Amino acid sequence: MTMPFYVAPEQVMKDRAEYAQKGIARGRSLVATLYADGILVVAENPSRSLHKVSEIYDRIAFAGVGKYNEYDQLRVAGVRHADTKGFAYSREDVDARSLANLYAQFLGNVFTHEMKPLEVEILVAELGAEGRPDQLYHIAYEGTITDEDRFAVLGGDAETITERVAEGWRADRDLAEALGAAVRALAGPERTLEAGDLEVAVLSRRNGRRSFRRITDDELAGLLGHGGRSQGGRGGGGRPGSRASTAGPGTAGGLEGEADDEAAEGGGGPKGAKKPRPHGGEAG
Amino acid sequence: MGLPIFPLSEDPGPDFVSLLRRTGSPVATPGADAALPVRHATTVVTLRFRDGIVMAGDRRATEGHVIAHRAMEKVFPADRYSAVAIAGAAGFAVEMVRLFQVQLEHYEKVEGLTLSLEGKANQLAQMVRSHLPLAMQGLAVVPLFAGYDLGRGVGRIFTYDVTGGHYEEADYQATGSGGRDARTTIKLGFREGLSRDEAVELAIQALYEAADEDAGTGGPDLVRGIYPLVAVVTAEGYTQADESEVAARFAALIDRKRAEQVGTGGTDGGGEPA
Repeated sequence: MTMPFYVAPEQVMKDRAEYAQKGIARGRSLVATLYADGILVVAENPSRSLHKVSEIYDRIAFAGVGKYNEYDQLRVAGVRHADTKGFAYSREDVDARSLANLYAQFLGNVFTHEMKPLEVEILVAELGAEGRPDQLYHIAYEGTITDEDRFAVLGGDAETITERVAEGWRADRDLAEALGAAVRALAGPERTLEAGDLEVAVLSRRNGRRSFRRITDDELAGLLGHGGRSQGGRGGGGRPGSRASTAGPGTAGGLEGEADDEAAEGGGGPKGAKKPRPHGGEAG
Repeated sequence: MGLPIFPLSEDPGPDFVSLLRRTGSPVATPGADAALPVRHATTVVTLRFRDGIVMAGDRRATEGHVIAHRAMEKVFPADRYSAVAIAGAAGFAVEMVRLFQVQLEHYEKVEGLTLSLEGKANQLAQMVRSHLPLAMQGLAVVPLFAGYDLGRGVGRIFTYDVTGGHYEEADYQATGSGGRDARTTIKLGFREGLSRDEAVELAIQALYEAADEDAGTGGPDLVRGIYPLVAVVTAEGYTQADESEVAARFAALIDRKRAEQVGTGGTDGGGEPA
């Protein structure tokens, strides 16, 4: 038996944070935004079956980026929590805030107590009802929870994408407009994203009790053709290269990198250093 | 209520009932301490037509010889493409439907796929079976399940007995205390390839005849404007027929009956519905 070395707690936290950030930055990003009829979530995800965006309850959706198996476990736990609560009390008693808090506690716990932090960033979106506004809860790998009332960006390149989303953001856009803007923000000036690269879902006030709906295939292509075409493909040169990187085998929710060309364009340092986040369980 | 995360060996999967057991929540089959008398729900019918199925049920709940409730709902959407109707001890039956609905949705959300129609029918059978001890004490719940099978593109009907046995019916079925009369009515009017309107009409006739013969089945309540519930399930999903449509059909049916009475001199030997 060797004696363990002393490592300062600050260092432990820093290492863990760095580890988690790196894992998250490897995956593709995701944008959630309010629009005229509700909430739109657009994820870059070439897989048809391994979803990043899913239904939790009547008015609640879940989205995750990072390691698929880890956020999928959280998604299932969320469905279980919501269904159990709705069955025990009433459907209207299920709310996103309490679920987001549970997620934050869980992530915070794992971050401080376990060997390995979860390499995920998740979003709990709730469609407002009866005077309650639409709400987006963004929960980071260490349990920090932030509530957004306009849009949220998850994933490695969040900062640059956030800037692009914020530009010209309006709450009253229709679905095609909001989708087009979100897709352009995800793609950036160098790339074009097609229907096959995207996973899109909405929580819409028009959908009745279960407001969650996926937008797929023809409908998605139609909406993209309508208002979503990336204006000015900006030189044919950039596109083939970036296309090749997105078209890679999209297993496990798109974990393999597309980071390189974006990092070069973003002009910043290494991706892991891009998002300094507060450490520890300051959930709240 | 914590975040329900389980070790792999104890994970309940997409099964909502075992999730409830594992989280220590009360499961729908409670102890046998229910106080008698119990409300009994009565006639529900379902039949197949060209594009799917029609399911209908009366609104009366009784406690012994007393009418306990006049506007009870006995036909429910199980999920988007199936409907479930109940007969038997109302309290347990409604709770069973609620559990069944959550179970189907829970499975769909956890697995990302909907259960096959057959799978849904099996799930319901398990719930009926777990209710058997109470059924033995006279608190039976006998559901009727029907839906649109998206895989095969047809409407399908399943019936149950108290032991959880479930059987697929070819064309139609009715259950509850007035089920026999309703079944006979549908038998006389059924043919292959009915249209939606014809099928709804036939279901309404069946309920009328059942209410005519069975004390436990409520007919159309013209005074209060309470009419049986009629649900239609097709490839487009579950819809409930408008109350105005049901009311109009009952009004027309009653007019026809009255005309027959005048024609035959008003004796009680009704015979076949028009």
